[in-house]
Amino acid sequence: MARQEAKKDVVIVGLGWTGSIMGIELAQEGLEIVALERGRDQHTVPEFKYPNQIDELKYGVRFKNMQHPAQQTVTVRRNLDETALPYRNMGSFLPANGVGGAGTHWNGHTWRPQEVEFHLRSYIRDRWGEQIIPEDMTIADYPVSYAELEPFFTQFDKVAGISGYAGNLNGQIREGGNPFEAPRSEDYPMPPHPATYDSAKFGEAARALGYHPFTMPAGIASTAYTNPYGMQMGPCNFCGFCERYGCYQYSKASPQTAILDALKRYPNFSYRTHAEVLRVEKSADGKTATGVTYFDEATQEEVFQPADIVIMSSYQLNNVHLMLVSGIGQPYDPATGEGVTGKNYAYQITGGTTLFFKDEIFNPFVGHGANATVIDDFGMNQNDFGALGFIGGSYLFSGTFNGQPIRSMPLPTGTAAWGAAWKEGIGEWYGHSMTIATHGSVMSYRTHSLDLDPTYTDRHGRPLMRMTYDWNDNELNMEAYLTGQIEKFVDFLKPDAVARGHKLPGAHYDVRPYQSTHNTGGHIMSETPDTGVVNKFSQVWGMHNVFACGAGNFVQNTQYNPTGLVGALAYHTAHAIRTQYLSNPRPLV
Amino acid sequence: MTDLPGYPSRRSFLKASAAGVAIAGVAGTAQAEATPQAPPLEAYEPAYFTPEEWQFILAATARLIPSEGNGPGAIETRVPVFIDLQLADDYGRADDWYMMGPHDPTAGADRGWQTPLNPAQLYRQAIPAFNAWCEAQYGKAFAVLDTAQQDAALTALQKGDADLGDELKIFFATLLANTKEGYFADPMYGGNHGMQAWVYIGFPGARAAYREWPTRHNIKYPLGPVSIKGERA
Repeated sequence: MARQEAKKDVVIVGLGWTGSIMGIELAQEGLEIVALERGRDQHTVPEFKYPNQIDELKYGVRFKNMQHPAQQTVTVRRNLDETALPYRNMGSFLPANGVGGAGTHWNGHTWRPQEVEFHLRSYIRDRWGEQIIPEDMTIADYPVSYAELEPFFTQFDKVAGISGYAGNLNGQIREGGNPFEAPRSEDYPMPPHPATYDSAKFGEAARALGYHPFTMPAGIASTAYTNPYGMQMGPCNFCGFCERYGCYQYSKASPQTAILDALKRYPNFSYRTHAEVLRVEKSADGKTATGVTYFDEATQEEVFQPADIVIMSSYQLNNVHLMLVSGIGQPYDPATGEGVTGKNYAYQITGGTTLFFKDEIFNPFVGHGANATVIDDFGMNQNDFGALGFIGGSYLFSGTFNGQPIRSMPLPTGTAAWGAAWKEGIGEWYGHSMTIATHGSVMSYRTHSLDLDPTYTDRHGRPLMRMTYDWNDNELNMEAYLTGQIEKFVDFLKPDAVARGHKLPGAHYDVRPYQSTHNTGGHIMSETPDTGVVNKFSQVWGMHNVFACGAGNFVQNTQYNPTGLVGALAYHTAHAIRTQYLSNPRPLV
Repeated sequence: MTDLPGYPSRRSFLKASAAGVAIAGVAGTAQAEATPQAPPLEAYEPAYFTPEEWQFILAATARLIPSEGNGPGAIETRVPVFIDLQLADDYGRADDWYMMGPHDPTAGADRGWQTPLNPAQLYRQAIPAFNAWCEAQYGKAFAVLDTAQQDAALTALQKGDADLGDELKIFFATLLANTKEGYFADPMYGGNHGMQAWVYIGFPGARAAYREWPTRHNIKYPLGPVSIKGERA
């Protein structure tokens, strides 16, 4: 028999970026709120303090800041005919665990999708005709526009503390920013970071080739900063330990640095750690949720937490899994295309070309997670899909994130993987290279989806979630095109040696190498209840007191890192709850 | 000191050194030795490996990162100690991994770790299996082959020509990955002895403070590494 806790107004499932945003915005309404977090509590001190966190083996390789597959994982298959097998140890993507979630170990790339990405299907139809959309590509318009979200992007930029330089300020294009971005109502709250040698070389080459280089918008403080919640950040010192690490010096935007200490001061907010939500409980008629049941690690028992509003703000994969095991939304069937929960899973396509310069010194350990000069000249709104033969876009960038040698040891193609030649190679080439990388969109497809695995279960006996995903020709064709564009930089910069690491035509999804933790879709937003799981306010269709945050809302993935849109959608949702829902709880669409 | 093209001026070097000293002070107050005393590998008592396994690990890592040529090898950096301690710890037991069956070790490599064995079990079964292959091929266990034969045997293992069976086919990739981890990880894990691998490539270890350095383009960072425990090299 499950223990029952006292009823709350709001229960928040997962205390990462979106759980923290929803927590503090709803706490301001005076609501009684409890957040349930599966993992440990985490603070800058002691969990992320120097020098303990500066440990590549423990955190970069053994993933001690991450979700452990023993606790929760997925199975993966590349097509409907393959038997899915568990993602047994971490590789391709790295969901987080603990307070702050993936917001503690991200790199800080903070983007707004382009305007056309919000109405992609209409954009294609109007410009080229729907016939260029492959038959199995299930892209759609978002039910919310960039213009509607703009104030909430700005709010997230200020809270997170983003460093950058606006390229489009209220429609005015500014030299030095991204001229292809959507208009911003305000500039970034902090100036851009200085460019390291690789970034600067890339920028010079880009200008010479006629492109428009700018500095990566970074969730990394470039100056001292106080955000709207009164949270203080200190300028980054380029320590080179961002991705996979908690920031030891209050420079990287995270729930810890931007929200949590302010949130914890609200007496109507509390949180419990080591509390893993197992399912959302539904009312008898199934039209609302009554709360959630979680597993209390301390007492080893199930606990029912009643609440009037349920905020699902765990990682995208976990959100979709919780919906599937709780019976929220009709499960999506990739064979028929029927159903909604698990639909339109998407990912990110990335690759890189490394240029080696024998006599030049790059000091690759000097960097931060969002250190880069970028061009968006091959972005979504610059590509002629009809002529190019693919639908999508990518930014190109160069800038060192870290020089941690277990993982960051690029070597020229043909260098031996071990033995005397390898050892000679690392001595010759470490610190003498720069990489120009792609970061491209991935469309949604009929078979790319999430459902419950028929074979494997988790430690609670729940079915694991099954991911069906592979690379499609559309994305691989785009990567081939981008690889060719990077060759112009190779020709210009004239390196001594090169290594090309791009997915080639016919490539299949390989779960081993890290690619990105940009897993999207599965509880997508839609105009109508039959095509998605949530409406434009992230409110579950047919269960009006359940709101689902995060990249699960993405109809298809954009060409950018997801956190900017994740943050804006969370603020958009919080605003709708505050201004429309609380006074009259009901379906908002 | 003469200013050299491409190198920091004496002034910037001194400035950076002063900053570095202050940072190193944060890492630890003790003035630890760069190359602390440690028992010779022959006298090391493994926490996990049997004597036969230990002989294999000493010999195999010595070929994966040999001592000859520039830079330290796996033996001088005590990579075997690192692997032994890792396998005796939670990594060896795969505590963090999803290890519930059914397992399909016949799956392609791109499906990830699908053997039912954890890393410690993998080494335990793969070493005698590979030694048996070496016996059949060369009449001797791996550790007593000459170095040319050892390199050939490891190449055969890497390419799958030395077929140890589906459950063990991930062994070479695991051994190589663990060897490089031990070479480059912080020395507190038993390898990278004296931070020699970091000194060799020019990685400053746990210094993690380079505020002045982003705009110092094409200039060599002058300071040697510090470890998490505050040792310097």
